[in-house]
Amino acid sequence: MASPGEASVDETHVGKKKKLPARYWQELQEEERKDENKVKSDGEQSKEALQQEEDKTQKAKKRKQDQSPSDGEKVKPESDPFPGPAPIPEDRLQKFKRKDKLKKPHRKQHKLRDIIARSEDASEMAQKQAARFDLLLPEEAGFLEGDEDEDTCMISQEDIAEAVDITSGAKYFNLKLSQFGPYRLDYSKTGRHLLLGGRRGHVACIDWASKQLMCEINVMESVNDVKWLHTEAMYAVAQKKWLYIYDSNGIELHCIRKFNDVLRMQFLPYHFLLATASATSFLQYLDVSVGKEVAAICTKTGRLDVMCQNPHNAIIHLGHANGTVTLWSPNQKEALVKMLCHQGGVRSVAVDKTGTYMVTSGMDKKLKVYDVRTFKPLKSYFLPAGAACLSLSQRGLLSAATGDVVQVYKDVCSMPVTKPYMAHRLRGTVWGLHFCPFEDVLGVGHGDGFTSMLVPGAGEPNFDGLDANPYRSAKQRQEWEVKALMEKIQPDLISLDPTELAQVDQATWEQRHQDRVEVLGFDPLAKEKFVPKYKKKGRSSAGAIERRKKQVAHEEQRDVIRKSVEDKMKMEKERKERERKKAALSTQKSALDRFKK
Amino acid sequence: TFTWLKTFCSRPPNETADTGLPAELMLMVMQPGGPGIPQCNARSPTLFTINTWLVCSLLANIFVAIIFPFCKRVPLRYQMKVKVIARNPDDYVRETKLDIQRVPRNYDPSLHPFEVSREYTRALNATKLERVFAKPFVASLDGHRDGVNCMAKHAKSLSTLLSGSCDGEVKVWNLSKHECVRTLQAHEGFVRGMVVRYCGTSFFTVGDDKTIKQWKMESPGYGEEEEPINTILGKTVYTGLDHHQNDPVFATCGQQVDIWDEQRSSPIRSFTWGVDSFSSVHFNPVETELLASCASDRSIVLYDMRESTPLKKVIMTMRSNTLSWNPMEAYYFTCANEDYNLYTYDMRYLAKPITVHMDHVSAVLDVDYAPTGKEFVSASFDKTIRIFAKDGGHSREVYHTKRMQHVICIKWSADNKYILSGSDEMNIRLWKANAAEKLGVLAPREREAANYSQKLKEKFQHHPQIRRIARHRHLPKTIYHQTKELRVMKEARRRKYANVRKHSKPGSVPVVSEKEKHVVTVVK
Repeated sequence: MASPGEASVDETHVGKKKKLPARYWQELQEEERKDENKVKSDGEQSKEALQQEEDKTQKAKKRKQDQSPSDGEKVKPESDPFPGPAPIPEDRLQKFKRKDKLKKPHRKQHKLRDIIARSEDASEMAQKQAARFDLLLPEEAGFLEGDEDEDTCMISQEDIAEAVDITSGAKYFNLKLSQFGPYRLDYSKTGRHLLLGGRRGHVACIDWASKQLMCEINVMESVNDVKWLHTEAMYAVAQKKWLYIYDSNGIELHCIRKFNDVLRMQFLPYHFLLATASATSFLQYLDVSVGKEVAAICTKTGRLDVMCQNPHNAIIHLGHANGTVTLWSPNQKEALVKMLCHQGGVRSVAVDKTGTYMVTSGMDKKLKVYDVRTFKPLKSYFLPAGAACLSLSQRGLLSAATGDVVQVYKDVCSMPVTKPYMAHRLRGTVWGLHFCPFEDVLGVGHGDGFTSMLVPGAGEPNFDGLDANPYRSAKQRQEWEVKALMEKIQPDLISLDPTELAQVDQATWEQRHQDRVEVLGFDPLAKEKFVPKYKKKGRSSAGAIERRKKQVAHEEQRDVIRKSVEDKMKMEKERKERERKKAALSTQKSALDRFKK
Repeated sequence: TFTWLKTFCSRPPNETADTGLPAELMLMVMQPGGPGIPQCNARSPTLFTINTWLVCSLLANIFVAIIFPFCKRVPLRYQMKVKVIARNPDDYVRETKLDIQRVPRNYDPSLHPFEVSREYTRALNATKLERVFAKPFVASLDGHRDGVNCMAKHAKSLSTLLSGSCDGEVKVWNLSKHECVRTLQAHEGFVRGMVVRYCGTSFFTVGDDKTIKQWKMESPGYGEEEEPINTILGKTVYTGLDHHQNDPVFATCGQQVDIWDEQRSSPIRSFTWGVDSFSSVHFNPVETELLASCASDRSIVLYDMRESTPLKKVIMTMRSNTLSWNPMEAYYFTCANEDYNLYTYDMRYLAKPITVHMDHVSAVLDVDYAPTGKEFVSASFDKTIRIFAKDGGHSREVYHTKRMQHVICIKWSADNKYILSGSDEMNIRLWKANAAEKLGVLAPREREAANYSQKLKEKFQHHPQIRRIARHRHLPKTIYHQTKELRVMKEARRRKYANVRKHSKPGSVPVVSEKEKHVVTVVK
């Protein structure tokens, strides 16, 4: 008995929830049904009347059918095969999640409730939009898959370089620089530029993608470490005695005599801080935007030649000969955390991009993974030769150098690993390891020069143009530099938890008051001692003064005491009342008392 | 045998471009050994179709001819799949110099570390810049020969302002040109009140000479006398005037509140409630039949024009000078009081004000709401102008200059951008409503940046350093000291009251909130 309109309603899979507005024929049908019921219940009725009614309905139906094609189309709602907003995968949403939802405040705080509700809506929308946008990212990450019975670590660099396209294949290359001995290296933040520093004084910067040499100098001194500063226009070189800053043409800009015997350096790009670790066990911070030393911390732990930074919170990790790893910020003279990681000295430390994992290797030939948020060990591996250098890539690949072999591991932090993902043997002992940002390339500095390896799946495929753009023009770089300097984070904001600034300081009033007293050196809210006024006519005799003093003495305490006494009395009274009731109850006879002896 | 090595590459390398074949096929590297059926395992199922096979065999010829020279022979034992990141620079660099630079974005939070600290730094910079750019004074309109006693906004034209001075002179100003376009001697003695008719074609003035005059808005032609359209000679002095929103009816106040029809020369209604003098009267802009007036017996009286008696009144501890209705919320009005405060009332519940707005250090003389109804501006005898949020207890902004004397009248312009103040020393001053706002047309990027920094400032407004900078205002020495003094006095009063409570019988001295303190009674 379905009318065309109703049929269309049934067809749509959307319409089930939504009820269409009532139509005139629907009412009619209901009436019909009622009529039918009536007929059934009543049994025999005047058939004529029934016939008439049926005629009527038939006519109505005919009319409807006549109108139906146009009418039906009008009535039919626009059926959307994909109603509502497009679904977003849960894991992608999770990626953009900033923090958990707040607990709703009490209804009394309706203003705060409103504000929180509104801000939560906004952040949820932002999260969703960002997750949607994720789909549009142009590039995908690299990967390497072997045959079923094949280890990916057996695939040689040459094979990979052959297999991939020519421009990518050209990223595997060797520089034979055997003269100036083992090399340290650094890639710039965009990954376009490479800085090489040979132990025997050779410093070269290269636009490695186009293989253009930007400058090459010999500083005629031993070089301990090299580091790019915020742009590819300047770099720091830790030489035998002092720290030097050169520009990309090889011109010496500064010789910083405050920083001596530097062994290792780290650059904190958002703080514009160059952190240096020296042989004299000093950890020093240089603000490169103003050229001032921000902090110099004597760590008192001997020669500091193991160093890395946590890119998530700009904390410096130092490895020591006694097997400890210490965490430092420029705001504190003491280590924030000391962790005993190895038996025997620490050889290398690396922290991943998200600041979750720390990987250490030690003289005990172990490779350990720690959770640096909780400072707990997660995994421990035994490497027969031990790892001298460690480096973590943007996507979490770990490269470890053992002697002249570089091994790359996948998923070291999350699951137990038995085999390396890739391995490559070099001509000399490895001295420096560095993954190139935004590329599937691992740079290895060794005794015989430099090797650029292909490690598929190492780099982040999609860069953010406003943060680090490998393809930026000179103008864009200038723009970026100004913006970056404008939002330079002050060194005092470095702390273990970088989101601390967004949290509510819930220190109690007493705590804050105590801090204030400590800072001021006196209690500003303390009451002055009562000094009685001098009164004439002999009323200020010693006795009178004492009496007056007594009147005011312990005024506040008196209130408190009075109150507490009252409370005590009240409680006592209640207790007595309760006991009385209990006693009354116990004296009452119960039916069970007859069993008592 | 054939061995297939399938490489997935996101971009075709340069060498393959010239053959014009699909990238996937071009990238298959074959190890030559002799023709045969390709042995493929399930990993590369796409290659099984016959079509592909044909193409492949075709390709074998092309391969040997074209690609083979480029490929080195590799003894491959394996089938491996490899992909490395290979970006085509053309996708990331602009094509010509005329294009804008391409900026690919990736919003992944792990690529943007120190989010909070960077935003905080940005917010701090934005707050500092706001203070640097806070230059609220726009222009001064001089020309009056006595203190400016009243002002009126034009109902239709944003750029027109009318002002009346203490010597009976009325001036019409063009605000965009900062010049006076017309001057007329309207009254003898003060011009007490002035209002523009809702159509904008004429305006009314009342003065100390007991007259109500209606004037044409456009100036008289050459040779014509400057004469009012209509003059009503009253019995008493009129002190205030307001016009109905959309009817030809206006109200005056003096010894009583009169409702006038424009066509008649006598009031259609007069309200009195045992008071001898009213200082101002105002129509409600939303509920257009309602009026409120401030009386000299410290009361605020509410009227309904349709009734013959007043509705109710609230008596406060001190006299209110004027009041202003909230143009967006019909029930609310704010009155400027002699006790240095402003009070926002809900007209339904007059027993206590909704908010007490404190900060002035002398009597408040005038108040006017922003057209958005979210803020209002007040003028005070202490020679400053303050801007309050409608529900804020303290002002968000204070304006003053060395030369500005007691500010008598104040108006917030109808486009929500400017504030106009008329003061004792014969000048009208034009201020920005937002001190740091950039005037003129903003480019879209500029506006976006401004919105962004505004949001950041809002987000971090409670951080101590940012709040300190945002709150900092330079005040004249006298006001600064007076504020301090008032604070001490208030604290002393509070202390005294606390002591009285402490030493009297519990319950006999109740706690009276600041809001309740200033209301004496409500009469209905």
